[in-house]
Amino acid sequence: MLEIKNLHVKLEEEDKVILKGVDLSVGTGQVHAIMGPNGSGKSTLSYVLSGRDGYEVTDGSASLEGEDILELEPEERAAAGLFLAFQYPVEIPGVGNMTFLRTALNAQRKARGEDELSAGDFLKIIRAKAKDLNIDADMLKRPVNMGFSGGEKKRNEILQMAMLEPKMCILDETDSGLDVDAMKLVSQGVNALRSEGRSFLVITHYQRLLNHIVPDVVHIMADGRIIKSGGKELALEVEENGYADILGEAA
Amino acid sequence: MALPQVKIDATEARLAGMTLPEGGAWATKARESALARVRAMGLPTRRDEYWRWTRPETLADAQVTPAALFHNDEGALFEDRDRLKIVFVDGVFDAEQSDDLTGENLEISRLAEAATLDVHWAKDLYGVLEARGNDPVERPLAALNTAFASDGVLVRVTGQVSRPVSFIYLHKSETSDVMLHHAIKLEEGAELTVLETGPAAARFNKVMEVEVADRASFHHIRAQGRDHERRAVTATYARLGEESTFKSFTMTVNGVLTRNECILELTGDNASAHVAGAALGDGAGFNHDDTVFVTHDAVNCESRQVFKKVLKNGATGIFQGKILVQPGAQKTDGYQISQSLLLDEDSNFLAKPELEIYADDVACSHGSTSGAIDDDALFYLRARGVPKAEAQDMLALSFLAEAIEEVEDEGIAEEILDRLRGWLKRHRG
Ligand SMILES: Nc1ncnc2c1ncn2[C@@H]1O[C@H](COP(=O)(O)OP(=O)(O)O)[C@@H](O)[C@H]1O
Ligand SMILES: [Mg+2]
Repeated sequence: MLEIKNLHVKLEEEDKVILKGVDLSVGTGQVHAIMGPNGSGKSTLSYVLSGRDGYEVTDGSASLEGEDILELEPEERAAAGLFLAFQYPVEIPGVGNMTFLRTALNAQRKARGEDELSAGDFLKIIRAKAKDLNIDADMLKRPVNMGFSGGEKKRNEILQMAMLEPKMCILDETDSGLDVDAMKLVSQGVNALRSEGRSFLVITHYQRLLNHIVPDVVHIMADGRIIKSGGKELALEVEENGYADILGEAA
Repeated sequence: MALPQVKIDATEARLAGMTLPEGGAWATKARESALARVRAMGLPTRRDEYWRWTRPETLADAQVTPAALFHNDEGALFEDRDRLKIVFVDGVFDAEQSDDLTGENLEISRLAEAATLDVHWAKDLYGVLEARGNDPVERPLAALNTAFASDGVLVRVTGQVSRPVSFIYLHKSETSDVMLHHAIKLEEGAELTVLETGPAAARFNKVMEVEVADRASFHHIRAQGRDHERRAVTATYARLGEESTFKSFTMTVNGVLTRNECILELTGDNASAHVAGAALGDGAGFNHDDTVFVTHDAVNCESRQVFKKVLKNGATGIFQGKILVQPGAQKTDGYQISQSLLLDEDSNFLAKPELEIYADDVACSHGSTSGAIDDDALFYLRARGVPKAEAQDMLALSFLAEAIEEVEDEGIAEEILDRLRGWLKRHRG
């Protein structure tokens, strides 16, 4: 599904290199987790994959189902099936949450040559999915993420993911700022979307999310590289011993 | 203070060849005293404090600059709404296209006719608020209008009016130079919505005086025409009684020069006055100026000024707004925000927000900002699949939202939004 080879990325404005040769292959239907200390480049990887400005790819490649995505506009990557659940979802005053989602969904469908979803059908689907995530009608009507608590913002990201039905979902620290109940809701939301044709890259700082969303592969990222990969037991190792041992091993 | 000779000369040059319209006793008196005010104040020049940013010459000079007619492919606004239409073509009332000027709780007469009478209720309103509004800032172009406007309507409202009164200003002549003056009186507890649409003329000078008596409520929605070369100077005056409401919203797209003044006086306790505007301009030939003066002279009143401008390719936006809280106007809640969204580095926003407070128990706030589209928000929308141009439009609308929220009627707000969306789409890139 997602193939990243030798990806080198620096900041556009400064001579700071952040990703120093990332190799990663996420198979179709698989769930991969990336863990790593703060500042190791996890968010940068997610931004570069989704097409945010400000980064320069100096070497390497990234493809989604065989298609090179690094040359595509962010909206083209979205239409191709890539989704990023933001670490910090953005507040947009004056744009209703529902209007935003409908515009996004129909823009993607249009880009793929599919028919737009009618307002009625859209409403039916979003109501059902919102209910599963404990998102009430008021949250749907309010401007995007405005006045949402940390947990509400993350649930809203998962709702967007559920509506857009992407093939490749990247979740950047979706667990940060969540209490236990919210974490359960979010994990259930994610697990409900797991399917043969859909892959996940779950970025997290802590192991606890991976108790709920059980990964096939765990990667450890440090200083812009993936320094170790393994099964879900690798996450437990991190939980018990911290990153120090692994970092020491790799050095 | 004596006027500078250049100002006297410029004023006399404009007045030369103008004659006051003929009329009955009340109108003649109002016009003569307005003319005396014009002479005492002199017409504006760019040396005047509130005319430093908008050049007054083309509004004040005797010569009118022609404005090409604009073919509007969007159709008229509010077309499907039940409303009482009053149509002016290049500033002249058009009975054919207008509805019958009658309605329940409604008394409407043309200024042109009422002015010939010896007495009329409008004698206590016509030119009265305009005259009061010269203190402390003189507004000679409005006085000029009071003196020379020969058409317009006088509306008296005595209760609830079932449908809006809709002024439609058509522009047919490239050289039309028009002054219209409306006086609107809402008696105690009365309610009225006024809609205004259209470019009106090559040069349009309009005054609207609104008396909102105790517990009365006045709503005003205006969409100024899309004609690129038109010029307009308008002044809206209102005096608010106890527990009364005044709400005005203006949408302006295009227009080489627009100066919209709004002068509001809250004179009865617990009154509420809101004035808002959304202006969109593309190109160096766009200059839009909102000049607002709100005076609180009663207890526990609320006022809001919300002005938003989207500017690109060298367009200029101006905001001059003041909240004046008189001694004794305790518990005043005054809010003022003026913001521009600059879509490039060539556009300009100039703002002069002012607070002047002579009471101690008040809550007033004002803010003025100028900024570009938020990159984070733009990326967020694009990452969800919204194409860049569409995402930028969404963010521009989001920026305008606080002003549009001042439109109470949801259907009208939707029509306004539609027009704004259309403009943004046509002006992409
Ligand atoms: N736009 C940016 N400007 C400056 N430094 C940045 C920028 N983006 C990322 N960095 C730096 O790159 C490194 C990796 O950051 P990030 O990808 O956010 O790490 P993580 O998500 O693993 O905590 C950090 O040192 C961070 O400060
Ligand atoms: Mg991060």
